[in-house]
Amino acid sequence: MSVLTRPSAPLDRSRIGRLQGKARYAPTLATVGLFVAMFAIGAAMYPGFLSGQVFLNLLIDNTFLIVLAVGMTFVILTGGIDLSVGSVVALSMMIAAALLQAGWNPFAVILLVLLTGATFGLAMGLVIQVFEIQPFIVTLAGLFLARGLCYVISVESITVTDPFFTSMAQARIPLVGKLFVSPGVVIALLVVAVAFYLLHQTRFGRTVYAIGGGESSAVLMGLAVPRTKVLVYGISGVCSAIAGILFSFYSLSGYSLAATGLELDAIAAVVVGGTLLTGGYGYVLGSLAGVLVLGIVQTFISYEGTLSSWWTRIVIGALLLAFILLQKLFTRKVRLT
Amino acid sequence: MSETVPVVDMQGISIAFPGVRALDGVDFRLFPGEVHALLGENGAGKSTLIKALTGVYAIDGGTITVLGTRQSFGTPAEAQAAGISTVYQEVNLCPNLSVEENILLGREPRRRGGIHWRDVRRRAQEVLEQLQLGHIDPRSILSSHSIAIQQLVAIARAMQVDARVLILDEPTSSLDADEVQQLFSVIRTLRDRGVAILFVSHFLEQVYEVSDRMTVLRNGRLVGEYLTRDLPRMGLISKMIGKELDALAELEEAESRRHPDRTQEVPFLRAEGLGRKGSVRDVTVTVHAGEILGLAGLLGSGRTETARLLFGADRADQGQLSIGGTSRTLRTPRAAIDRGIAFSSENRKEEGLIGDLSVRDNLILAMQAGKGWWRRVPRATQDKLAERFIKALDIRPSSKDSLIRDLSGGNQQKVLLARWLITDPKLLILDEPTRGIDIGAKTQIQKLISSLAADGMSVVFISAELEEVLRLSDHIAVLKDRQMVADIPNDGVTMEDVMTVIAGTTP
Repeated sequence: MSVLTRPSAPLDRSRIGRLQGKARYAPTLATVGLFVAMFAIGAAMYPGFLSGQVFLNLLIDNTFLIVLAVGMTFVILTGGIDLSVGSVVALSMMIAAALLQAGWNPFAVILLVLLTGATFGLAMGLVIQVFEIQPFIVTLAGLFLARGLCYVISVESITVTDPFFTSMAQARIPLVGKLFVSPGVVIALLVVAVAFYLLHQTRFGRTVYAIGGGESSAVLMGLAVPRTKVLVYGISGVCSAIAGILFSFYSLSGYSLAATGLELDAIAAVVVGGTLLTGGYGYVLGSLAGVLVLGIVQTFISYEGTLSSWWTRIVIGALLLAFILLQKLFTRKVRLT
Repeated sequence: MSETVPVVDMQGISIAFPGVRALDGVDFRLFPGEVHALLGENGAGKSTLIKALTGVYAIDGGTITVLGTRQSFGTPAEAQAAGISTVYQEVNLCPNLSVEENILLGREPRRRGGIHWRDVRRRAQEVLEQLQLGHIDPRSILSSHSIAIQQLVAIARAMQVDARVLILDEPTSSLDADEVQQLFSVIRTLRDRGVAILFVSHFLEQVYEVSDRMTVLRNGRLVGEYLTRDLPRMGLISKMIGKELDALAELEEAESRRHPDRTQEVPFLRAEGLGRKGSVRDVTVTVHAGEILGLAGLLGSGRTETARLLFGADRADQGQLSIGGTSRTLRTPRAAIDRGIAFSSENRKEEGLIGDLSVRDNLILAMQAGKGWWRRVPRATQDKLAERFIKALDIRPSSKDSLIRDLSGGNQQKVLLARWLITDPKLLILDEPTRGIDIGAKTQIQKLISSLAADGMSVVFISAELEEVLRLSDHIAVLKDRQMVADIPNDGVTMEDVMTVIAGTTP
């Protein structure tokens, strides 16, 4: 045989591998670090910034975005994308508002909205999987479809007067001291916890990562790839519906133009949170941190007072760019070694 | 090996792709406790047969019986559930996950409340230790390991299921000799435990070393099933190629190349101390017109990196490069192409061919790129070129409209080669052009390279097989630990000489 013999013992690369295993967390840790740094800067610049309630308000104001980002994380981990989430949020709000106006039981309404979101997501997942169409295009169609359906329900804004919804809007869950959160925060954090469990403790979750790492490999390894890919969009649909309900709690209305462009905020949060758009790398806790970073940018702008709220967008844009560049560096390093 | 009931019994298997009859009534049996080699040239139908058995392809005709039960696997998962595990030629694992996960993915032990991660680690560790791979940290990320280790992890995964049948499709093509021996000892252990092993390899030495029985395919048909000890090597080769032995002897005959006298002329390419931080250094080589320069060295010694420097795919930050006597800096591959340098990459799947395009489209790519995209090569010219090169290189199937992904590895390699030949380069850099392809195609490609050189083309030839480098090259640049350590003129140099340089401690 003419293959060359290696004179020395095979190189033990395991230690490097372990280090690289840790490097996987680098983008996510960077986001957490950024958040802490921004909070510290805010505390130094503005009196009253350094308070538990400012932090909790970040959660309270962004419950729906947290839930959306969670659903989006699943999709992006498989290497896909879901552009429909903003529209599905609006559709969920419209369905809820219209049915509540018609005098439905609020719990029946919530159940129906969740079912609608799940069906919508699963349907898109099926189209993507069965016809092998780009997720981008399928969910773009979903975006238009859901937005259009909102107008079918009502062109006007519908106010929600249901006692359960209004009580949820006003409820304050007291914590230590004068600190409090809204029920929405509890729900959103619960969603994060369930997602974390699904991704790290179930075969379904590991298959999500495997698909992102290499779909054809995952198929050859005998994993349930088609089912997982469809389910991922179903999860994103359910998350959109939950986000819609949380948004309803927050705004007490349904409006066809609500949540426009929210899908982009969700994607931005996921990417800033360290998830690779090509799939396979990322954490749901990173996405939570991503939402908080976007939220704190907004808080900054409002504390500054003199700046137009559009500065939020500019800063988020810059952050997004910075994080994508960071990821590029990260992946290049992995490939080199 | 006892004549008991076969674990796998495939009868009259037929599979057709558009325009290609990949398998035609092939019978195949696999007995417990044997290593069975599946042999044949590229495109003979080996991979197709394996994919039929593992549920990747649906069969158009015939029956598959596994452990006495008629089976028709729709997915790899079903085949795995029936006890058939496969390790493919290209590592099919998830590079983003840890070694332990890759071993147990889809079969993770669970307890109430989710995956039992400690158990995952314990089981992964167990199976790695069985393979004498205990030094691999199960928590390390797969992509941090060499291809060879990844391959062994893939085998560890296959073994973890307690498979009745283990299919190894070209498992040794990226392993070095030590690793091959390690693999073989594992294969023998498994065989003695009663596992039926289907082994596919182009290395006939390995087939004779490890297999008990073999089945030979040719052009999608069964040639026969033989006991390894009953069929001498030349007999096997003639059955694989379908040619008589004397014709074969001519094929096998080493090319007696006349080394051109090169001292007078200006070299086509000259590199002096060329290098790049983190890549490779001290590359000092000279290539005259009509010369073949071989690059030798171990896996990871910097062979490919050298080729990339010469092609401008990586920019050199040390040393000088001159082309045709003029000093040049190659900043991009395009600059190299403009100077008449072509590079056929090692990784034909990812960096070379476009699987969903036809043979003709793939052939024309480089030429079209050279002309600029707004000056389209006329269809008639495309057809003529495609037909000429399909004929010249004996590409099979010989239809210019076949999709690249339906071609076997060797034929894909020929298409890649032809693509660059169409552009009529002055220097052709070939990185592992013969990797993973069979003797027939290998000999054809070697012959082609010699005749190109005889016509005045310069060639940089990279191969893991030192024998091949020695046969073809006029002089050999030896690389070691990402540094060029010697330039040996090939006049009566033996493999041992080169090995000594590679193994030597002083650079």
